[in-house]
Amino acid sequence: MPERKQLTLTQMRIGQSGVVIQIQGGHGLVNRLNALGIRAGKRITKLSSMIMRGPVTIQVDGAQVAIGFGMAHRIIVEPVQAIK
Amino acid sequence: MKILLMGNPNVGKSVIFSRLTGVRVIASNYPGTTIGYTQGFIKLGEERAEVIDVPGTYTLEPTCEAEEVASQMLDTGDVVINVVNAINLERNLYLTLQLLEKNIPVVVALNMWDDTRHRGIHIDLDKLRELLGVPVIPTVAVTGQGIKELVENIPRAISPDSPVRSRDERWAAIGSIIDQIQRVTHRHHSWFERLEDASVKPLTGGIMALAALGGAFMLIRLIGESLINYALDPLFNNLWAPVLLRLSNLMGGSGFLHDIVIGKIAGGEVNFIESFGLLSAGLYVPLAMVLPYVIAFYLILGLLEDIGYLPRLAILMDTIMHRLGLHGYAIIPTLLGFGCNVPAVLSTRILESKRERFIAATLISIAIPCAALQAMIIGLVGEHGGQYVAIVYGTLFLVWIILGFILNHTVKGFSPELLIEIPPYRLPSWRATLQKLWMRVYGFLVEAVPIILGAVLVINILYFLGVFDAIADFTAPLITGLWGLPKEAVTAIVIGFLRKDVALGMMAPLGLTAGQLVVGSVVLTMFFPCIATFVVILRELGVVSMLKATGVMVTAALVVGGILNLIL
Repeated sequence: MPERKQLTLTQMRIGQSGVVIQIQGGHGLVNRLNALGIRAGKRITKLSSMIMRGPVTIQVDGAQVAIGFGMAHRIIVEPVQAIK
Repeated sequence: MKILLMGNPNVGKSVIFSRLTGVRVIASNYPGTTIGYTQGFIKLGEERAEVIDVPGTYTLEPTCEAEEVASQMLDTGDVVINVVNAINLERNLYLTLQLLEKNIPVVVALNMWDDTRHRGIHIDLDKLRELLGVPVIPTVAVTGQGIKELVENIPRAISPDSPVRSRDERWAAIGSIIDQIQRVTHRHHSWFERLEDASVKPLTGGIMALAALGGAFMLIRLIGESLINYALDPLFNNLWAPVLLRLSNLMGGSGFLHDIVIGKIAGGEVNFIESFGLLSAGLYVPLAMVLPYVIAFYLILGLLEDIGYLPRLAILMDTIMHRLGLHGYAIIPTLLGFGCNVPAVLSTRILESKRERFIAATLISIAIPCAALQAMIIGLVGEHGGQYVAIVYGTLFLVWIILGFILNHTVKGFSPELLIEIPPYRLPSWRATLQKLWMRVYGFLVEAVPIILGAVLVINILYFLGVFDAIADFTAPLITGLWGLPKEAVTAIVIGFLRKDVALGMMAPLGLTAGQLVVGSVVLTMFFPCIATFVVILRELGVVSMLKATGVMVTAALVVGGILNLIL
């Protein structure tokens, strides 16, 4: 069992899934992310990231959301092992 | 009675609105299509009820102007039809719970119901009705399924008087609802979803973007040119020209009235652009030069919109757009601007901050030529060779980049980051796409053609009165000295305020060199917005921002026109 490591969304690998642990930001940011279904406890999968600190795209439930690099950097995720 | 259609962005409110009221509105596959509000009517029994298509919002705590409009409108309504995306129920229910806390009757339309099955989503409808305490009607707006039941249930809408909850309490309540009513079974990735993933990865996405934009550009030219060469030019040359010549004879071949109606006829032949009369250039410019490209542009734009490609382009462009003080989503107003700057400036409402809206609107009105102007640029400058058209576009692109960079470093305020939902790819329905095309083309015909005719009339009268000669002498140092254009070109610049397509058409009889036409095209694009755009910017940004934007435009046009004149 590897140690339970926490990563930011920007550090995750593409295709990796994880559970959102925390959003490090003010009320406004938390509200906006919540409204798109991104909140603590939610399982997400990183789909892609753009080069040069571009946006990160994730899958959350039935939706895909693109998140600017700075915001993605403030979303803390605990990776889960992929279940084949 | 006033019925509000409310829901998250891109859940199909506008399609339901059209189904309910018969009023056609622009619907597209990206969040933020509806930015103002549209009103229609529906018969409920004997009563006529007003229906309002409210811009999409995720919460009643607004985060941008379109959302502000939505939450303000809530106070004015009597019933809410809450349109909910069935394939993304959990997130959509947040707004639903907020609505249920308000003292207003609600009925829920569970839209995109047909998508749930192949996505392996099972929803227990009866249980959902019980837990929410309001009617829940499954609908498929694009096919019309469930709309009748929805209408029947409007009178049954109730306000269950939910207790007001905090944000976390709402999410907890939603979690419990979802656990009880929704089951998701595993299924394999579809071909569409693989394409979706590929279009937001740097390498494959970049290739797809180049292919999409390059393909779009070539298709627009192909369709536009074909319409001109095989339909409209033959029509005007073979059928309309003889009619005009006979009419010209009847009217005595010259004179004030003759010149207004038919224009100057040289050598017994009608030159539709240079004979500047109501029935010659007044009809030829809008119908045979501009209309073909308006049709071609909006057909291709409509397809890109309905497929759902634009938000993906926004992701790819995000890094570049940040250098211009914008984020990737500003690419959508920018692309709309290639059709017409008016809806483009309006759609900057999807951007969150005032600073972004100012930068986006300024850049659009300076560097993005509308379809009408582009048609004239391609028609007139293109005669001298494609390289000159390329210089015009290249210059405007450089202006867009450099000016955006400057504005980003000088305009005070803050530009937030990109945060958007990306809709799934959908196969556009031809009916819906063609209907949208028709709405836009019809809009062009009823709005542009009368202004063009009016402009031609005014120009002829001013010529006759000699007003233009006086202006031309006065502005000659600028027009000739700085831009290297003949002093008569000032008339075109002045008329550019009315219609830029007509204005460029006015440069045709001046016998300009290719280089002068390039300068003229660029200056006309940049110098000043047309009156319609001017009014919209004024209304959207206020007087101060409008003056600032105008200052930027005039300065940039002077500088760039001068530089081009020196180089060419």
